[in-house]
Amino acid sequence: MTDAAQNTGPMMAADGTTLKSSLNRALRRQKLRALMLIAPLLIFVLVTFIAPIADMLFRSVENQIVSDTLPSTTDALKDWDSSAGDIPAPEVFDALYTDVFIAQERKLHTRLGSRLNYELTGVSSLFRKSGRKVEDMGEVYQDQFEDLNPFWKDAENWNALMGSDAWLGAQNAWDPKSETAQPAFELREEIVGLLPQTAEVFEIFADFVQNERERNLAKTDPWALVYSAFYDDLRREPDVSSYGGTGAAEMLEAMAAVSSFETVDTTAAFADIDKDWHDVEVWQTIQTYSPHFTSGYFLNAVDMKKSADGPEMRPDNEQIYIKLFVRTLFMSLVITGSCILLGYPVAWILANLPARTANLLMILVLLPFWTSLLVRTSAWKVMLQQQGVINDTLVWLGLVADDSRLALINNQTGTIIAMTHILLPFMILPLYSVMKTIPPSYLRAAKSLGATNWTAFWRVYFPQSVPGIGAGSILVFILSIGYYITPELVGGTTGTFISNRIAYHISSSLNWGLAAALGAILLAVVLGLYWAYDKIVGIDNVKLGG
Amino acid sequence: MAALTPISRTPVSFYVPMVAAAGAFAGLLVGTAQGSSFIGIVVGALLMGALAFAMTQLVTAEKPVRWALTLLLAVAGFAMAGLAAGIIGALFGWFFGWFTFWLFEGRYRAYVAPYLTAGQVLWHYTFRVICGAILVFLITPILVVMPLSFNAQDFFTFTPEMLRFDPAGYSLKHYEDFFTNSDWQGALANSVKIAPMATLLSVSFGTLAAIGLSQQHVPFRRAIMAILISPMIVPLIISAAGMYFFYSRIGLQGTYMGVVLAHAALGIPFVIITVTATLVGFDNSLTRAAANMGAGPVTTFFRVQMPLILPGVISGGLFAFITSFDEVVVVLFVGSAGQKTLPWQMFTGLREQISPTILAVATILVIISIALLTVVELLRRRSERLRGMSPA
Repeated sequence: MTDAAQNTGPMMAADGTTLKSSLNRALRRQKLRALMLIAPLLIFVLVTFIAPIADMLFRSVENQIVSDTLPSTTDALKDWDSSAGDIPAPEVFDALYTDVFIAQERKLHTRLGSRLNYELTGVSSLFRKSGRKVEDMGEVYQDQFEDLNPFWKDAENWNALMGSDAWLGAQNAWDPKSETAQPAFELREEIVGLLPQTAEVFEIFADFVQNERERNLAKTDPWALVYSAFYDDLRREPDVSSYGGTGAAEMLEAMAAVSSFETVDTTAAFADIDKDWHDVEVWQTIQTYSPHFTSGYFLNAVDMKKSADGPEMRPDNEQIYIKLFVRTLFMSLVITGSCILLGYPVAWILANLPARTANLLMILVLLPFWTSLLVRTSAWKVMLQQQGVINDTLVWLGLVADDSRLALINNQTGTIIAMTHILLPFMILPLYSVMKTIPPSYLRAAKSLGATNWTAFWRVYFPQSVPGIGAGSILVFILSIGYYITPELVGGTTGTFISNRIAYHISSSLNWGLAAALGAILLAVVLGLYWAYDKIVGIDNVKLGG
Repeated sequence: MAALTPISRTPVSFYVPMVAAAGAFAGLLVGTAQGSSFIGIVVGALLMGALAFAMTQLVTAEKPVRWALTLLLAVAGFAMAGLAAGIIGALFGWFFGWFTFWLFEGRYRAYVAPYLTAGQVLWHYTFRVICGAILVFLITPILVVMPLSFNAQDFFTFTPEMLRFDPAGYSLKHYEDFFTNSDWQGALANSVKIAPMATLLSVSFGTLAAIGLSQQHVPFRRAIMAILISPMIVPLIISAAGMYFFYSRIGLQGTYMGVVLAHAALGIPFVIITVTATLVGFDNSLTRAAANMGAGPVTTFFRVQMPLILPGVISGGLFAFITSFDEVVVVLFVGSAGQKTLPWQMFTGLREQISPTILAVATILVIISIALLTVVELLRRRSERLRGMSPA
């Protein structure tokens, strides 16, 4: 009975480990091998397809352009109470001056203008105008400093004042004709403490000249903005006498003179450029869109907008997207319905004819399925025109008068006819494969039990074909809801879908955020349907071409 | 199909009114075209009723009578409005000859169950006519495009010359334009450069993954499948938008590589679906047998597995190819003018400068798709035979 004691222990595999762990290891190896085979494709799809979709979703909430272009203005605006009805404090306008000045040098102000124009009409021209005139504000100071002492005119003097000794040495040693990079600008430590604003602006200027324009800093005169910052710094009366480097004397002289300088009131100056700058709504818009992320695009996509007191509907005459979504859904439903109506009889006859005939007729279904989408769309464009084949035939038959030809194209009718034709095979094929499995004897049994043709069909056959209808409908609906080409070509203005609007925002109006938000909503609808399709049919059961 | 019901001749009171009704309908069409529907109906009904009576009661030989009717109507049509009308007349004649005898001899009853009532027989045939009409709807656009592509004019409609079958109304000039115009040739060259590359990528990755997916134990199988199928489900405009944004970030927008990658991604679901379908019912003992006889995994794959799943791989590849070859939305966004493909050129052609060359291109594409359809169908049958799923 020693064997019995051994048998109670775990079973052993040949290599001495327990059978369980040995089997587990084999299973793990199998799983790993399967994953290794899948991995290349999975990574490929993740990079080329899923990442772009994720990027699009990100874009629909991303809103860094406002705070990136107007960093100090959005900072200063944080404490502004938009509901009070007053325009922001003068500091905000000072910040705006700095931001717009830098933005127009970088040519970013028009982009920001068009971004904010999506939210409030007119902002685009406001920024464009301000970009052109903002330089004048700084030049008031620039002229006065230069009149005071020609020292301030020269780029080299400014560099000597602002730059650190180490950088100055490197810059002087650098040969502009050589291939090597320009030595990166470094601020002089004492100046940062003495003239903080000037230092900050000058650093941005130096970075812009060296890295974006790729010009020689030693030969580039500073922006007018540097002079106004310099003025502001001097007005704060820093301890200039502690500085002893280049330009110390000139700085002392300037310091004494600034109190009698002509000044610029930025608040009034911006109002001179455009009185809209004193419009509270403009400032509300800037404040509302200051955060890095916004729900603004999504609100826009459902005809709402952000306002001081939370989201609200747009005025009736600006509401287009809900109407467009409803139209897309409605037309997709009509197309799905007509596909069921036309597809059901054909699938039935294909499933019930003898195999040889059915195969021949199947070619008539598969041929359009395999034919290029553009070929079919162009065929419909040719047939549906005012002078097209269908109208010609109707006129020839006398059913329609020559002067009242039917408008079949560039409207909803055109889209529905063409898309029903294009998507019909997607309805027939799943219906056919389901009907193939319904035994014809059921119908005969029903009839022999006394059912009429209609009862036999409605009570016996139809319920069994419902899965096919479900599969086909979801497929057709998913495909039609996101269709772009056919509505674009035969839909005119009234027969277009939401996808046409998305394309318009990407390529014409360049409102990418709104396009992404509309796309995200559409994607959510489609994924919901996809999930339903998976539950009803299972993605493994998708069949292609019978 | 064997006859189900014994047939007998029907009484005059049945078939003559039926043929007369059909004649009235034909008369309506011809009459409206000539100016008076009412006269058309009356003449059509009387003429066809009388002819049906004469054909069956006065003459008894079926074949000569039917030929004679065809000829008679052809000549009548030709006399009225030339060659085209003559052909239509001949078709009418053939149809009425067949229809008269079909009813007269009771042949319509032969292939339906004997217990059906008259109403049910009528419904049976009405249903077939409806199905026929739907199938015609499916195929008409293609049939209309083909003859129109030979139009000698720059019109998108049948000219009177074409309807008269006048050779002057037809020409090959749109085909000539397609083969000589540098825009179209450039687009064709781009399509030919992009599609095979994209197909190669999706087939090679897709086949490997499909084999992996059909193993017995695959963790997260459903999730992986959902991701791999998603390019087929996500609306093209969304894929295009996403790719446009993302590819411009990483500098692939407007490059050949970008379009190829995008098209490969779109083709992958088709490869996955067809190849996994072939692998269902793949006998895994074959690979074990190969391993048993000393073949490494690579040899097993190429010598045992590959030949068996090749039909699926090829038809998946064809699907991927046609996806890329036919794709326009993504290439519109991801590509630049340098990657203008044939569908893109057709799209701009349809939207802006509408030119009949499009119809010539369409005809060529239809012929290509017929060829591809044949290949896929043959492969499907071969694959089923190889796997023993249907008799040879």
